[in-house]
Amino acid sequence: MIDLVESYRQGKLPEANVILAEQHEGRHNELLAGQYRIVLRNCGVIDPKSIEDYEAQGGYSALKKALTMQPEEIVEEVKASGLRGRGGAGFSTGLKWSFAARAKGSKKYVVCNADEGDPGAFMDRSTLEGDPHNVIEGMIIGAYAMGADEGYIYCRAEYPMAIHHLRIAIEAAEIKGYLGRNIMGTGFNFELHIKEGAGAFVCGEETALMQSIEGKRGMPTIRPPFPAESGLWGCPTNINNVETWANITWIINNGSTEFRKIGTDKSPGTKVFALAGKIAGSGLIEVPMGIPIRDIIYKVGGGMKTEKPFKAVQMGGPSGGCIPASLLDTIVDYDSINATGAIMGSGGMVVMDSGTCMVDVARFFLNFTQNESCGKCTFCRIGTRRMLEILTRITEGKGEAEDIVKLEELATNIIKGSLCGLGQTAPNPVLTTLRYFKDEYLAHIEEKRCPAGVCTSLLRYEVIADKCVGCTACARKCPVSCISGSVKQAHVIDQDKCIKCGACFKACKFEAISKG
Amino acid sequence: MEQDFSMLDAIIGKYRNRSGILIPLLQDVQQTLGYLSKDAMRYLAEQMQIPAADIYGVATFYSMFKLKPQGKHIIRVCKGTACHVSDADGIKDALRNELGLEGEEDTTADMKFTLLEVACLGCCSLAPVIMVDDTTFGKLTPDSIKGILQRYAYEEEA
Repeated sequence: MIDLVESYRQGKLPEANVILAEQHEGRHNELLAGQYRIVLRNCGVIDPKSIEDYEAQGGYSALKKALTMQPEEIVEEVKASGLRGRGGAGFSTGLKWSFAARAKGSKKYVVCNADEGDPGAFMDRSTLEGDPHNVIEGMIIGAYAMGADEGYIYCRAEYPMAIHHLRIAIEAAEIKGYLGRNIMGTGFNFELHIKEGAGAFVCGEETALMQSIEGKRGMPTIRPPFPAESGLWGCPTNINNVETWANITWIINNGSTEFRKIGTDKSPGTKVFALAGKIAGSGLIEVPMGIPIRDIIYKVGGGMKTEKPFKAVQMGGPSGGCIPASLLDTIVDYDSINATGAIMGSGGMVVMDSGTCMVDVARFFLNFTQNESCGKCTFCRIGTRRMLEILTRITEGKGEAEDIVKLEELATNIIKGSLCGLGQTAPNPVLTTLRYFKDEYLAHIEEKRCPAGVCTSLLRYEVIADKCVGCTACARKCPVSCISGSVKQAHVIDQDKCIKCGACFKACKFEAISKG
Repeated sequence: MEQDFSMLDAIIGKYRNRSGILIPLLQDVQQTLGYLSKDAMRYLAEQMQIPAADIYGVATFYSMFKLKPQGKHIIRVCKGTACHVSDADGIKDALRNELGLEGEEDTTADMKFTLLEVACLGCCSLAPVIMVDDTTFGKLTPDSIKGILQRYAYEEEA
């Protein structure tokens, strides 16, 4: 809330870290009913720039408790909680910590991955902006548990406010003695740095991220060796995502048994989602695992934005997929979402309605991954480009019957032939849309028609003679002068000359031009 | 190669003999010069004793680094998923049209504006979004572009 006021004061539009409940004061209770806040418990409640505010909410009590425990005990507690990596893949956090804790070496690092690059996701941004100390405290506890004395937060440079709040928080924690040398008189040292990302999606992959921290091109390296054995500058390193770190303090304070009471057996706890797209209440939500997607959209999210019906929800960004209406009762946990062909991902949830073309969405994501491929693996570098060419061709009405088979073949090979997660998951948006919306691909290829009316080349504008009053408004707006007809007579569009710009459609006040 | 880059020496001094510094070094240099010219990168390579290929490799890998002079104001059009389904292309077309950019051009002839596309600005609930320098504008329509640009067009000569 404080940020909101401040951004207004600076003449800016509100930032996206306004939590959902605040956007809908009147329906506060209804929208919050399905939510459970662990990660976001302080977001919008405390002043993120005040360490005293954070302490007043119980901040740094988890660290105090952790420092009385043996490091192995902490690792065991995190393991017992069943917390799974919130970056998307869902690997057991406790198990990952135990690898780094066991690794030999006098120098170890912990890293926070805040390179939130998925288009359509802003959970990490909001967490860091709204409650930076919670992430920092989690990292200090992790460092103590694994025996690390230095850490990095790798944050996107596109998030200046998150970086600003982190800097303030780190400085305050150092002054209070939570960070630095001889933390709280225990002899434990931990130094924390912020590293600004320079704009490369692939740096969200852990080995690429470490290359980037070292100042190199962020290209993934072969695993093994895993970062837990040989990470930053060859030292054992543990990397977790922002949201994963933000769960740690709660687990230490309340215990793994309490944590397991929330969510499902295999995916305990909560998940933060960034709701966006054609939904009434867009914004950040935190829900217990196990909630059906339908409840997220229609209860927590308040339903669709317009009267257009729900078509699909995109989860997992460029690595994920589109879940259709028939699977809306799928529950949110790693394994159920994976079964649909999408992935949990970091938490982007973009809702699409009947006005969204699924072939266009697949092309959009492929365009993204093709751009962001680091170029190391041939299948990813060239394969995604070939897929993009085919998809572009289809959306332009030049698709051929065998294109679907070609797409499937390329997808399979890209998954097999790529080193890192970017390439291994890049075909997912195409595979899921092919699985659930094949009829749309066929309409584009066989009938040269875009059912959603999105693909410009396939559009056809026509004057409905009965409705046309002959006002000439369309003819005057047409940039290529392809509309003919005299005053008070029905007009005609010359389809050969039409460039499908839609100017006539917008100009007509009598709804006498059809688009389809 | 006759250009004088001695203004970079203070930055170079700050980073000399440290490891893992190439990215922040280039960020500082770009801040000073506005962009990374080939000559500037050659100068850095000589001074820092880093192969020029390494510097060029990093500069071309990250989207933050600009190899061409940029306009006074940077306009970023968000191309994230939420913006894409809310007609980000229409916003981009309106911007290009209003700025008079043609073909592959991204900077206006008077060097006032550079138009860039970014993958996601993380303000998805405000889609479609653009950022002009550090200011975010959300819930846009193609018609709202003109008014936003006018704010920046006039301030200059004053």
